[in-house]
Amino acid sequence: MNKIMVGLIFGALLGAIDGATAWFTPEVRSMMASIMVGSTIKGMIVGLLSGWFARKVDSIQWGIVLGSVLGLAFAYAVAAMPSETGQHYYLEIMLPGFVVGAIVGFLTQKMGTPGQVKRTS
Amino acid sequence: MELSDRIVRHLREVVDLPDLSGTRYELREELGRGGLGVVYAAWDAHLERRVALKVMDVEWAGEARLIARLEHPGIVPVYEAGTLADGRAFYAMKLVDGTRADLFLAGDPPLGERLRVLERVGEALAYAHSCGVLHRDLKPQNIMVGRFGEVYVMDWAVDGVAGTPAFRAPESAVDERSDVFAFGALLAFLLPQSAPPALRAIAAKAMSAQPEERYPGMPAVLREVERFQDGLAVEAYDENPWQRVRRFAKRNEVLLWLLGAYAAIKFLLFFARVI
Repeated sequence: MNKIMVGLIFGALLGAIDGATAWFTPEVRSMMASIMVGSTIKGMIVGLLSGWFARKVDSIQWGIVLGSVLGLAFAYAVAAMPSETGQHYYLEIMLPGFVVGAIVGFLTQKMGTPGQVKRTS
Repeated sequence: MELSDRIVRHLREVVDLPDLSGTRYELREELGRGGLGVVYAAWDAHLERRVALKVMDVEWAGEARLIARLEHPGIVPVYEAGTLADGRAFYAMKLVDGTRADLFLAGDPPLGERLRVLERVGEALAYAHSCGVLHRDLKPQNIMVGRFGEVYVMDWAVDGVAGTPAFRAPESAVDERSDVFAFGALLAFLLPQSAPPALRAIAAKAMSAQPEERYPGMPAVLREVERFQDGLAVEAYDENPWQRVRRFAKRNEVLLWLLGAYAAIKFLLFFARVI
């Protein structure tokens, strides 16, 4: 399995799990389906980009950094979207999104068959 | 006229020196003595380079032919072999600029470096075994660690060589498992006091008194060492559950930290909202 597939699979899986934890916030339980779909898609995009990066650069540190940055960026985009209640959950979405991105970045570096890589320290 | 002990000693040394007339080598200095011969540093006048020259009785000349058959980065290359004017056999080989494995430990190298040297030795042995050649006298004194980290296995013994007691397998019949025994003894020798029990178990299994209880060959031992370095369980060592957990945690340290960070963030956010 190549690194992009690893990113897509783990991004989707971890994104879905992250979205599912929204159930612990009663105010948004009515929107669980859309939250999980959105979180899964967010995870897949982060995973895709992290996997692509991992095919080019063989560095766990930079993989984690990039995953974190992507996770944070997309989590911000989701948190900033207009909501039915008008409330935004920046902290609740961005902080976990940041760490999920880091995990996906790490996993794409460790797993999957590499492409032609440029080795860094 | 009486000769002093010093003069007699000097005369003996001179008589012992190899007669290199007819060869392209110029003697420089004696490097060491073993059971089978003497090794000198010499100058190759044709190629203008330093070489090592091993001089021995003709009956041991098979050693040169043995090594010359083996082409491996861990086996010192033989440049030439022949017979000297004084009737002794010689072979010229690469002069390794480095230190013996037993002296290499004086620098207290880290475990990773010790295992690296050991693996290079194991690879050379595995290759030799695949060519039907046994070492028969593997020991730290027969391993050179070069200045740039290269590792050479030296002094390949021919039939009839008994080996060194501390590294010699107990059985009289010699085969690959005898070298496995010596390799296990070498591993035990190279390990620091604080070595993990899994590595000691690998050495112990390689040094089992019964050949059938040892690893079947060098590739099997090397795989075990590689598994240890990858943080995987080794066949020789029976872990308890706690050791298994610790090994898993060490192998997946970064991932566990990240998962822990995620759980901690979720936990804190949940309680911050509740409070």
